Amino acid sequence: MYKIEKKENLNPTVTRMVVQAPFVAKRAKAGQFIILRVREQGERIPLTIADSDPEKGTVTIIFQVVGQTTMLLNEMKEGDLLQDFVGPLGKPSAIDGNKKVCVIGGGVGCAIAYPTAKAFHEAGADVTTIVGFRNKDLVILEKEFTDVSDAYYLMSDDGSVGEKGLVTNKLEDLIQKGEKFDEVIAIGPVIMMKFVSLTTKKYGIPTTVSMNPIMIDGTGMCGGCRLKVGNEIKFACVDGPDFDGHLVDFDEAMSRNTAYKDFETHKREETCNLLTKEVQ
Amino acid sequence: MPNMSPKKMPMPVQDPQVRITNFEEVALGYTREMAIEEADRCLHCKHQPCVSGCPVNVRIPDFIEKVKTGEFEEAYRIISLTSTLPAICGRVCPQESQCEKECVRGIKTEPVAIGRLERFVADYHREHNDAPFEKPAGNGHKVAVVGAGPAGLTCASDLAKAGYEVTIFEALHVAGGVLMYGIPEFRLPKEIVQKEIGHLKEMGVKIVTNFVVGRSDSIDSIMEQGYEAVFIGSGAGLPNFMGLPGENCKGVYSANEFLTRINLMKAYREESDTPVQHPKRCVVVGGGNVAMDAARCARRLGAEVHIVYRRSMEELPARKEEVEHAQEEGIVFDLLCNPVKVIGNEEGWCTQIECIRMELGEPDASGRRRPVPIEGSNFTIDIDCMIMAIGTSPNPLIRHTTEGLEVNRKGCFICDEEGMTSRENIYAGGDAVSGAATVINAMGAGKKAAAAIDRKLR
Repeated sequence: MYKIEKKENLNPTVTRMVVQAPFVAKRAKAGQFIILRVREQGERIPLTIADSDPEKGTVTIIFQVVGQTTMLLNEMKEGDLLQDFVGPLGKPSAIDGNKKVCVIGGGVGCAIAYPTAKAFHEAGADVTTIVGFRNKDLVILEKEFTDVSDAYYLMSDDGSVGEKGLVTNKLEDLIQKGEKFDEVIAIGPVIMMKFVSLTTKKYGIPTTVSMNPIMIDGTGMCGGCRLKVGNEIKFACVDGPDFDGHLVDFDEAMSRNTAYKDFETHKREETCNLLTKEVQ
Repeated sequence: MPNMSPKKMPMPVQDPQVRITNFEEVALGYTREMAIEEADRCLHCKHQPCVSGCPVNVRIPDFIEKVKTGEFEEAYRIISLTSTLPAICGRVCPQESQCEKECVRGIKTEPVAIGRLERFVADYHREHNDAPFEKPAGNGHKVAVVGAGPAGLTCASDLAKAGYEVTIFEALHVAGGVLMYGIPEFRLPKEIVQKEIGHLKEMGVKIVTNFVVGRSDSIDSIMEQGYEAVFIGSGAGLPNFMGLPGENCKGVYSANEFLTRINLMKAYREESDTPVQHPKRCVVVGGGNVAMDAARCARRLGAEVHIVYRRSMEELPARKEEVEHAQEEGIVFDLLCNPVKVIGNEEGWCTQIECIRMELGEPDASGRRRPVPIEGSNFTIDIDCMIMAIGTSPNPLIRHTTEGLEVNRKGCFICDEEGMTSRENIYAGGDAVSGAATVINAMGAGKKAAAAIDRKLR
């Protein structure tokens, strides 16, 4: 069992949790993820490692409440025990300190973009970050990002915070103004990563995306997380989760992510009702 | 005078029409009367050919003698001298090609039902006397085992019996490997697997779950922590796909994924948080035991199930008994055909597969007749689910993260006759060495490596 050391809400739907998991903490690198189970009959869900402290043996995860499991996870308190917590999984991101990079985060994907931006910054790279949110209430990790960025741009869909517009608007804007990025790293919803990749392709800028397909074991034994990358089949859990954004078949990935939509909606409602009942 | 009945005592089973509605065990096991009667068919041959047919050399005539006289606990003690997992072996071993193949009674009639008797003895013991296993005296040596599947469990068990301090590192949240995620509940109840694994813990074996060797830590770093030898029993869990157009449609699973959702995650139960599709028309591609397991699981979720296999009934690699059970459960065999394409709809779900008919040509290098496509014989089958059960390969994680471990072109570890890899004191066995094979072969390999490690370290 894995103890929850700390829990805090970053915004109404996004929670940060610090979990006691010494084996994971010792070897975790930017870009890697864990798989956890909340309870005995629980499903295995992947979450990216947002931070880790090998000394204290702790790992930080940041998640958005989107369905049953994240709802149950969000109900847990400091001191509670998670059933299972395994990692670090996946290949670490390729970090090169000699580059000028643009790290782009969308929504809760910023939780994953942050450790990557931090790793580039610590390696000595010139880091520009562009983060995008739907509105001002959903902004997370603003201070963390500014601490590791040479330039930081905040975008919102409705203009309630930062600049109004999409992350791709800002990216295109910067490129046209003459910014020369050696690499763009996009992390967030698949649709956002798709459009970032389409944008950079025009300018021939190497682009890395962090894919988030459905996973079960996370160790390469089932292929549930398979993706088409440059007409090859790759398993995101072992070959990734980082891939060349110009080679990923994003439309197929988006389609595959909806496979259990009905089941998930049903389970979420069930759990939602159950939690409301408990409150009453 | 022994019981000279030409036939084995039949095994009571759940009625096919009933069992396709549940995941409970199909074969119900002998009663004590049935076991005693079947035990009386053994001739107690002096040369005991059955023992050499068993990869872990269970003292078969000795334990059967005790069954005959009703001393079931004594029979259990004799089995446990060489096997820690008899309730599992008795259920999933292909006895017809191992111990029972060598049985003298089998020359003219049916062999003695050794597997059913082993299962009876193990079940009897579990139900009547579950005293903890004794913890053997320690010899001061430490060994690490990677993977808690049949090979690793057997290796750990034998080493523990010899006094070693053994730690098993397992990537999933529960020990058992394919016994937990692959073989379905209706062939091997998971409670029984966990009970037998519990015996290892009683003997002092430590099992660390949620630990992915190659990621959570490396083999070299484990060895630096005082483990004098490592046994790799990481299996062959990487699923193969055919590379067909449309194979990434929703509704197309590897057998590993489908079975893991069902067996390990219990997705067929209402209270499980893990989803699985409940298909209406499902095609399973392949003809091995895994294909039979996947097909029978899909049937229990309510689907009409077809097995698509490129050779004929004769060449089906699955156990005869499993094929018969599948047929009784209404699974249709579409033989001598092979999929060439998966057709999906606008939402990305599979709706049809296109197959081509095959004929058998000349025998290939493996001695089996090679299937050859018949030009222009393409046809389609309507589906909403497709399960690929065409084999697995060893997971590359360990070989990619350990220097100096040699593998062959299929990615299997290369070992000497002692089971040692190209690295001193690193041993390997089971599917990680042989490629996908059987549970009992993995157990045999684990046993052999344990003996080699013991000779080396002592």
